[in-house]
Amino acid sequence: MKRRTWHAAVVAVGLSVFLGSGAMAEETIKVGLILPMTGPSASTGRQVEAGARLYLDQHGDTVGGRKIELVVRDDTGTADVTKRVAQELVVRDKVDVLAGFGLTPLALAAAPIATQAKKPMVVMAAATSIITESSPFIVRTSFTLPQVTTGIAQWAAENGIKKAASLVTDYAPGIDAAKTFKEVFTKNGGEVVAELAVPLKNPDFAPFLQRAADARPDALFVFVPSGFGSVFMNQFKERGLAQAGIRLIATGDVTDDDLLNGMGDAAIGVVSSHHYSAAHPSPENQAFVQAFEAANGGMRPNFMAVGGYDGMHAIKVALEKTGGATDGKALVEAMKGMAWESPRGPVAIDPETRDIVQTVYLRRVERGADGKLWNVEFASMPAVKDPVKAAK
Amino acid sequence: MLTVLFDGIAYGMLLFILSCGLAVTLGLMNFVNLAHGAFAMAGGYVTAVSMNRAGMPFLLCLPLAFLAAAALGVVLERTLYVRLYGKSHLDQVLFSIGLVFMAMSTVDYLFGAQQQLVELPAFLTGQIQLLGARLGIYRLFLITVCAVIALLLQLVLVRTRFGSQLRASVDDARVARGLGMNVDRIFALTFAAGSGLAGLGGALGIQLLSVDPTFPVKYMIYFLIVVTVGGTTSMTGPFLAALLIGVADIAGKYYLPELGAFMIYSVMVVVLILKPKGLFGQAGAR
Repeated sequence: MKRRTWHAAVVAVGLSVFLGSGAMAEETIKVGLILPMTGPSASTGRQVEAGARLYLDQHGDTVGGRKIELVVRDDTGTADVTKRVAQELVVRDKVDVLAGFGLTPLALAAAPIATQAKKPMVVMAAATSIITESSPFIVRTSFTLPQVTTGIAQWAAENGIKKAASLVTDYAPGIDAAKTFKEVFTKNGGEVVAELAVPLKNPDFAPFLQRAADARPDALFVFVPSGFGSVFMNQFKERGLAQAGIRLIATGDVTDDDLLNGMGDAAIGVVSSHHYSAAHPSPENQAFVQAFEAANGGMRPNFMAVGGYDGMHAIKVALEKTGGATDGKALVEAMKGMAWESPRGPVAIDPETRDIVQTVYLRRVERGADGKLWNVEFASMPAVKDPVKAAK
Repeated sequence: MLTVLFDGIAYGMLLFILSCGLAVTLGLMNFVNLAHGAFAMAGGYVTAVSMNRAGMPFLLCLPLAFLAAAALGVVLERTLYVRLYGKSHLDQVLFSIGLVFMAMSTVDYLFGAQQQLVELPAFLTGQIQLLGARLGIYRLFLITVCAVIALLLQLVLVRTRFGSQLRASVDDARVARGLGMNVDRIFALTFAAGSGLAGLGGALGIQLLSVDPTFPVKYMIYFLIVVTVGGTTSMTGPFLAALLIGVADIAGKYYLPELGAFMIYSVMVVVLILKPKGLFGQAGAR
């Protein structure tokens, strides 16, 4: 008992120092943000946290006289840690909302806890279609891979690409992407000549790229998780696939805004489809990018940051609707059907699936007037729902 | 076919440079050093930082990575490792794995968790056409450098005075001391050279493997497989083992992508069933 009091005291002191406020724990609304802050997906964690904090900085952190407090926990990108951390947050820290979740397995591990504790679980990053079905308390503000893959598959079929190979990372979102690409691409008259799945912990893309090259497609469709794009791009360049006449098409995860400038000229001309580009030409986004870079030492926001930003929007507006009441069911109900103008464009939460409905853009990597690389949008498909759940 | 073989050899060569230091400490000095990958990571970070922040040319970074990792090796050997030479293997494992975690956290704190990337100079990128196969110039460069190093290593160990002193010190440190050899100095130098080579491997591999704070754990299994399959009594063993693993890994992923990642483990199991001491292990070796 003594030890627990001591722990609580440390946590309380830490938090009040951190937030610079002397507010009592009972008065605040706690949002437990579970993210991979270390390990290979740490960039996701940094981006989501920075996005969520920026939202509170810009839009105020009080609802109905109660302060919204972020409790950030690192799950190192490991599913069993996510589960344990989620449990601790619910039981010990008594958070009102769970949020974050950098990868699909992490979100799935925490879903049963959200269901049992009846806490809203806002998925800000993970992107496999099935996630929202794993708990009635899940609301997603990121994207799903089928949602963004449809765009590039259609574009490829309509733009003279007859044969394509797909190369994806071998886990749930990758399989989602490959499946959707094949479906849409073949329906539109294309042919998938090779389907390659690269192990998640793969040191070397060489053999897979060689196989893709040997299949002699017109284009190679690629998905890799956020953070792995630049390694892939390096090897794509080294293998000379572009010189062999194979175009690179991808989901926006590959030309991730966070890493894009490190990829060099090899990335120029890559066409991808995604729901967010830091180059999105709207005043909301320009203000968002500027504020984000200013607050984070020049780090460019990527689609993870905007997922965190919009996730906080959903949480805060839902709290405003309930008048600061933190009942889980009421909050999820308040989020259903919510629509707003995000930095990425117009978005809404589908009241049936609790998944995000948003515009998907086709973008091409170009060197901007500022000498930096950007994903420049050239076409858009408004109000795209997750096609997997829409087909059910 | 030729391209797959070529990629495999390049990968194997890289593995050899990364793990030969481990073969030396494990086989010759009888010390289980799981922190070996940390030295490789140090080399990788030295390269990434001096290229990206100080703008140094890639080729200059390679010797720098070697020296930095070797210096780190000497300091750690003199201050920490030296206390564990006589200890049991369990102590050594616990100590070195602890070192790995400390190294990972330090690097994470200093540089962040993201992968470090470098842009290779233009003359090392691209491909050339040779015997009907397209070969990556960087991989060609990798094979050449590693082959030269492997040859040098073998010569030093077998033909030089230092090599015989080292082998003598390992066989029986007490007698070697009695004959007037400075065993401590020999071990320190050997450890430094092994760490330096790991650092060089980390630098050379930055393009293929990339480097991030999880590097020592991510590739530990590869180093250990190379050393186990090769046996630790000579340099030839790990060298051939590294080539075998490299080619098996690449070919497995190319021809049997469904079980690609398991290929190297199957190779290891088969080799160990047939030759429990490794390809070139000898019964008398410690």
